[in-house]
Formats: sequence, C-alpha cells, structure tokens
Amino acid sequence: MRQPFVSLTAPLVGLAQASVDTDQIIPARFLTTTTRQGLGDKAFFDWRHDATGQPIAGHRLNGIAGQGPFILVAGDNFGCGSSREHAPWALLDFGFRAVLSTRIADIFRSNSLNNGLLALEIPADIHQQLLRAEGTAITIDLAARKIRAPGICPDFGFDLDPFARLCLMEGTDPMGYLLGHSATIADFEARQRSEMQ
Amino acid sequence: MSAEQVSPPRTLFDRIMDSHLVRGETDDAPAILYVDLHLVHEVTSPQAFAGLAARGIKTRRPDLTLATIDHSTPTLPPDCNGKRPFVSPAAEAQVATLLRNCAEHGIEMLGWDSADRGIVHVIAPELGLTLPGSVIVCGDSHTATHGAFGALAFGIGTSEVAMVLATQCILQRKPKAMRVTITGPRPAFVAGKDIALYVLHVLGFSGGTGHVIEYAGEVVQAMTMEERMTLCNMSIEAGAKAGLVAPDETTIAWLRACPRVPEGAEFVAMAAQWRTLKSDPDAVFDREISVDISGLSPMASWGTTPDAAGPIVEQIPEPRDTNESRGFDYMGVAAGQPNEGRKVDVVFIGSCTNGRLSDLEAAAAILRGRVVAPGLRVIIAPGSEAVKREAEARGLDMVFREAGAEWREPGCSMCIAMNGDIAAAGEVVVSTSNRNFAGRQGPGSRTILASPATAAASAIMGALADPRRFAGSPEPEQEAFRA
Repeated sequence: MRQPFVSLTAPLVGLAQASVDTDQIIPARFLTTTTRQGLGDKAFFDWRHDATGQPIAGHRLNGIAGQGPFILVAGDNFGCGSSREHAPWALLDFGFRAVLSTRIADIFRSNSLNNGLLALEIPADIHQQLLRAEGTAITIDLAARKIRAPGICPDFGFDLDPFARLCLMEGTDPMGYLLGHSATIADFEARQRSEMQ
Repeated sequence: MSAEQVSPPRTLFDRIMDSHLVRGETDDAPAILYVDLHLVHEVTSPQAFAGLAARGIKTRRPDLTLATIDHSTPTLPPDCNGKRPFVSPAAEAQVATLLRNCAEHGIEMLGWDSADRGIVHVIAPELGLTLPGSVIVCGDSHTATHGAFGALAFGIGTSEVAMVLATQCILQRKPKAMRVTITGPRPAFVAGKDIALYVLHVLGFSGGTGHVIEYAGEVVQAMTMEERMTLCNMSIEAGAKAGLVAPDETTIAWLRACPRVPEGAEFVAMAAQWRTLKSDPDAVFDREISVDISGLSPMASWGTTPDAAGPIVEQIPEPRDTNESRGFDYMGVAAGQPNEGRKVDVVFIGSCTNGRLSDLEAAAAILRGRVVAPGLRVIIAPGSEAVKREAEARGLDMVFREAGAEWREPGCSMCIAMNGDIAAAGEVVVSTSNRNFAGRQGPGSRTILASPATAAASAIMGALADPRRFAGSPEPEQEAFRA
C-alpha cells in the first residue's frame, strides 16, 4: 500500500525539452539493481553530473534533489523509449509526484500510474503557462479532477482513466484487482483447453 | 443467427484482441487480456518476483513463461577458471537473482548452460514459441519484434511483469489501429533496416503513440521473416504499442522448421488457422499511411532520435525543430554537410534489431577479404547461441576475425550498453541497434543507426559509408574517402 494520491499541492519544476527518453531519465548502466529503492540519485544523472560522476555545481536539478514533492512540467513526448520502470521509480525517489506534459509515451505512462506517479496530458496552452511558472505551487485535485494554478491560469479540469484514478486515490496497484478475477481467468483457461480438443 | 447477420469487419489486431479477452473493457476498467507467452529477462524482473514473494504468490503459468539472460551479461568469454567478466557485482547478482527466481517458480531458464540462450526477441522466434495470433509480452520495449509473425506483442513495465506472473493476464485499454502500407518496387541494396528507418522518418518519433501498427503491402509481403522482425522491432521508436504483419506462407515456412513447433497433422491444422489471421478487406483503421520506398537508398541517422535519419548519399537537411537541432549539436553535425563520410570510431553489429544470421551474412559479404580501418573498433555480437553456431558453421566468425573485428558471445551488448560494452565520450558508433538517444551507448557516446551492410562498409572505410560502394569494382579508396 502506498500513500494515496487525492490532492497534491507542490511547486512546479519545468523541463521544456521535448522527447526526453528514458535513457535520459535514468541511464541504462544503473539498471543492474534488483530493488526499486534509492534510484533518485540516478535520475537525470548524466545531465547533472560531470564525466567523473561529480555533481555539476549550480545545476538546477542538483539544487532541489530530495526536497520534493514537486510537479514536473515536461516537454512533449516525455518518457519515450524503453519500458524500464526504473524511470518512474527514479523520478518518485527524486521527489516528483506528478508529471504533466502535452504527450506522454504509452509504456512510461502506465508504469508511472502503476507506481503512484500521476502522469497526465494537458493542453498545449496551459502547458506553456505552467512552464513559465517555475517554482510556483499549484494544486492537482484528483478527487475533483481539477488543476488549480492561481495566478498562472484559470482552474481547469482534466480527464484521467477512471481505473488509474481510483488506484491512485486508493494508493493501490492493479494487482489486487486482477487477482480478484482469478475465477474468470480460470474459466477462460478452461474454455481455451476445450477449444483445443 | 440468420445468415445475413455478419460481424463487422475486423483488423488482425481486433481478431487477436477479441480472442484473448478474459473480460471486456468498460468505462471503469480496462480489458483483462490473456497472455500466451511471457518472456522474462534479468533486468526488468527482480522487483516483480520480489512483489510476488511479498504477497506470497507463485507464477500462475510457468509453462507459458520463458526466461533468459541477455542484457547484463558479458559478451566476452569466461576466463580459464570459468569466471565470467561481469561489468559489476551488481550485474552478476542480477543474473543470479533471475536464475534463483526461475528455479523457485518452476520457470524454464535458457541460461549459460543452454544451447538456446540469446537475446529474448531472437530466441523465441528461433524456437517457434512466437506463434501467429498469440499475445506475447515481455518487460522490454522491443517485444514488438514478435509481431512479425502476426502476434500481438508489446513491452510492459515491471509492475505488469508481476501481474502477468501472478495472473497470466494484463490490463489493457484498446489502442488505436494504424495501417502502414509500404509500396515499391524495392530498390536493390535496400535492407530491411533501411526500410524501418525510412518508415520511422515518415511517421516521426511519436507518430505511432497510442497505436498498434499493421505493416502491409507488396514490399512487406515480399520481406523475409528476419526483415519483418527488424521492421516490427522498431515500431516502438515511433511510440507505437506494437507492430505486426499478417502471417502468410513465409511465416508458415519459418515456423515449420522450428524445433518447438508441433509436426504432422497438428502443424497442418495450426497452419490452416494461421492462414485465417488477417484484416478483413473492408476493415477500418483509425489511421492509414502509405510509404513509397521506390526511390529509397541505404539510410543512416544523424540526430538523437531514430526518425532523424535519411539517405547516406544525401546531405543532412535543416533540423525540423529545436529538439532535432539539439540532436545535431550533440552529434556534431550541421545541416548541409554530407551524411556520408562522417568519421567513425566504433562499429557495432548485433541486437534484437539486427543480430540474426542474415544480418551477419550481410556484414560478412562486405567484410570478407577486407580489413577494418586502422584504429577502428568493431564489435559483432550474435543474437543468440543458435545464430553464433550457424555463423561459425558458415565460417563467418573467421571472416570477421580476419577483418579485425571482435566476435563476441550472444547478448544485447552495445545496444543497451549496460554490460560494459560501451563507447567512450565523444566517440561515434555506427550501430545496427535501434536507439540513438544521447548517451545510449555510453555517457557522451554518439550513435548512428544503420543496417549491417552499412555498418560493415563504414568499418572498412573508417567513416559512414554507403554499402553500394562495395557492390562492384573498383574497390573504394579508403584514404581519399576519409580525407
């Protein structure tokens, strides 16, 4: 059971660059881990460290590491590339609780939602306004399906898959739901077996 | 039901989806989709098995699950004591973790001692486990490779790996359907990879997001299974959920020769069913795209997304947006410069995109009797033990070694570059893999995506080279080329 996501008020961190792939979010050489924990140090590692692995002084992301929660306003097509769930694990551990973008890659989105990281597509004009409001706190109200960003833009509603929304608000993952359908799955398997005979 | 009542026309993707619905999609919940084959590897599975252990549950269908080790594994052979040169204790522990998990869950593991080990997307089609009409998932985004056989195959995350282990099912909202019709005629010396890169260039880096792509048309029908795998493999590079090709006689001929496919009457019955797996003539796709390759020539990427690619013989065009412009800066290229002739430090031939026998044959055809440019490093990693065996039986390993290339053990190697096979910062790699993201092949490394023939030609010339230079005589002059 993870912390339920009902409403979040947190400052914005903007990352305007488009098509940030999962190799940027967490480079492949850090995927040899067998746990989900402690990957925040590796988030955007090659962006904020020099060739010797030392943190680059003054890099914006180094200044805020571990000080979350934050809301990431990411460029278009965020999270494209590999299926590594290490990407949302790293973002969560770094301090991000939500990612807002004009487009979010399919696998990254489902991986994020399965881990309690809200991944939400928003209209381009609002996206631009939020990108310009670095550091300002906004509220994502999942219960009301509304984002309130006073002083930045008028309140606006959003759509999120009802199932994903329920999982986020209850702090659960969909495993329990699937296990609850074990009998239906067994029926399907029985049907498959009889068709093969 | 009266004879007039007919079901609405369906796409191949509809058919596969429909036949695997354990529970249909509703407004409140995604569909529950049954999985016929779950492929598992060491990188995206340990946390999934740990999740099962925490709930005290076992794998529901170990008989529908197959594991191998490929991503973190060294491609250099063990030392005289049998010790394998893992990049780190963590990588070694990750492999050991999967071996242990498979033993505990009764999952077949094609490990170090198996003659069938290899890259997960190479071995399942070799064994005949990738079957038309099936649903296949794996914690790896290049799972779409299996779509070449008319399977619905897609990559999943680790939480989903856990769900499939526990329930043999996946939750899935139905993606949209797109058909990409590739028309020819296909010019000579154009490889499957060149076609894949061109399709990506047309679709764009996120042009397939939210869609399952069916590749169709005369060019696709004439493709070999290995070429279809290359094409489907790169569907994810356009953001697509999956890519697939309707099964035909080419598919059936491949499967007939596979060790784990039933023989005799059972095979005949299966093949008859596979032949029915196609989109209805009047099926409606959410999006239709036609790609004409009649003027195509060998391709190479110039940016840091796989769609930023074009003909090797042409100039690099103006960047299409600021993102592509950043890619140009990273790669050290400028609009207006020739694509061909860019200096190369490393050549990598392998991966689930281009690590199969025909890929090695294409490279060997150019490398045979020639030597790689001075100072250039060439790593060739066969896609599987079977590919390695067959390549060695044909003497390809000797062709590569005599040319000055390194002939490695099977594995993902420099494609994901997490096993220690990396390029140094600033180095330019011509790679037959699937991604040219910044730092993909090592921090600061720069990747040019191309076909095996182009990679081999570039290895000899020491710079990105059109493989057609080796199509006739006279022999191209290396010194002049690099100058």
